[in-house]
Amino acid sequence: MSHYYEEKDLERFQEMGKYRPDLFDNFMNYYQGVMAPGGALTVREKALIALAVAHTVQCPYCIDAYTRVSLENGSNLEEMTEAVHVAAAIRGGAALVHGVQMHNIAAKITM
Amino acid sequence: MIPFARQLESLGYSGLRALEVGTLQVNLGWRCNQACKHCHLQAGPERLEQMALPTIREVLRVTETGAIPVLDLTGGAPELNPHFEYLVATLRRLGVHVRSRSNLTVLLEPGKEHLPEFFRKHRVELICSLPYYQQEMVDRVRGPGAFFKSLEALRRLNSLGYGQAGSDLELHLMYNPGGAFFPPGQKPLEDLFRRELAQRHEIHFHHLYTLLNMPIGRFQDYLRKSSNYESYMGKLLASFNPATLSGLMCRSLLSVAWDGRLFDCDFHQALDLPLLPGLPQTLEEFDLQALASRPIRLAEHCYGCTAGAGSSCGGSLAGAE
Repeated sequence: MSHYYEEKDLERFQEMGKYRPDLFDNFMNYYQGVMAPGGALTVREKALIALAVAHTVQCPYCIDAYTRVSLENGSNLEEMTEAVHVAAAIRGGAALVHGVQMHNIAAKITM
Repeated sequence: MIPFARQLESLGYSGLRALEVGTLQVNLGWRCNQACKHCHLQAGPERLEQMALPTIREVLRVTETGAIPVLDLTGGAPELNPHFEYLVATLRRLGVHVRSRSNLTVLLEPGKEHLPEFFRKHRVELICSLPYYQQEMVDRVRGPGAFFKSLEALRRLNSLGYGQAGSDLELHLMYNPGGAFFPPGQKPLEDLFRRELAQRHEIHFHHLYTLLNMPIGRFQDYLRKSSNYESYMGKLLASFNPATLSGLMCRSLLSVAWDGRLFDCDFHQALDLPLLPGLPQTLEEFDLQALASRPIRLAEHCYGCTAGAGSSCGGSLAGAE
């Protein structure tokens, strides 16, 4: 193994069903149900959300997969980049808003 | 990779045959004013292959009986063939439905500006290539300036009534992906194009068809250069969908090359894979009965028509999403 992340490993995802297949099947049923067409959101919208989340969790497999899925559902790079900015803005905002905790603690322990 | 013929055999489809010749697709030549990156024929301004007048007359001879209801004209840019207008006008006089495929930009070329009105006069159905509703993607695939020229051509067609709601002047768009990925579901993409083209450019059309890029010609060159060939072919194989087999275009369409030779489809034509031995091979040998139930030649790129929702010159085959 030359890298922790190998591109081909995504195709081996099914191997996670080897032990406790019941849990894996539960997960896959849930996953496929969430991403299936016919819900309140279009498949295109779900793919853009997945792409943004993929960047938040910094999963290279998910970024690869949902870049393709987004393009295959008619999204363009402007929309996909904007989705990543949404992820970045929420992540950045989440860090910044915790500054209030820092202020709270500092206020508590300083004179 | 499992050979396509063996894949069909395992499903009980050995000896795939045509069901009819409902459409004669005539390739009028490989000359084009564009040189798109995905073109399976590697068409372009420098190509010399053009259907000559005697061959055009052969096309008219085999269609004058009225036994083939639709003539589908393609290229290259079919409009660049010097006998294009003669062929269309004669076919329409014979009562044949004419469908012509256009890259749109050719309608702005010097000496071709009258073609929208010519199409209207002869009630020609148009299928126009537009791979996206934004400039960047279109110009990247079709060349700088292609997007705004395409919009201008669509505006001229719209102004004549083409593509308008309720109009019988049919204007359909043809989408193909701008890279090594599959086309979106046809219906959701049609809805997206309809909304965006209307809002951004006040352009209207009837239907949008999606077409998967075949791993041959310039697109294969791109796949190999970008190291996407193996994964693309793997995905085609993994996405094989038996539900597409009943609607494959080769089962109801016959392809005629610029030199009068016969093929199961335009893709076979690009690879010079003629009809199976024992069948009529040229327009001169045309025998509708024999061709209508002919066994179809199978090749590895046939996986391109059977992947996912399926692909054809008339769009996807097995549902939208």
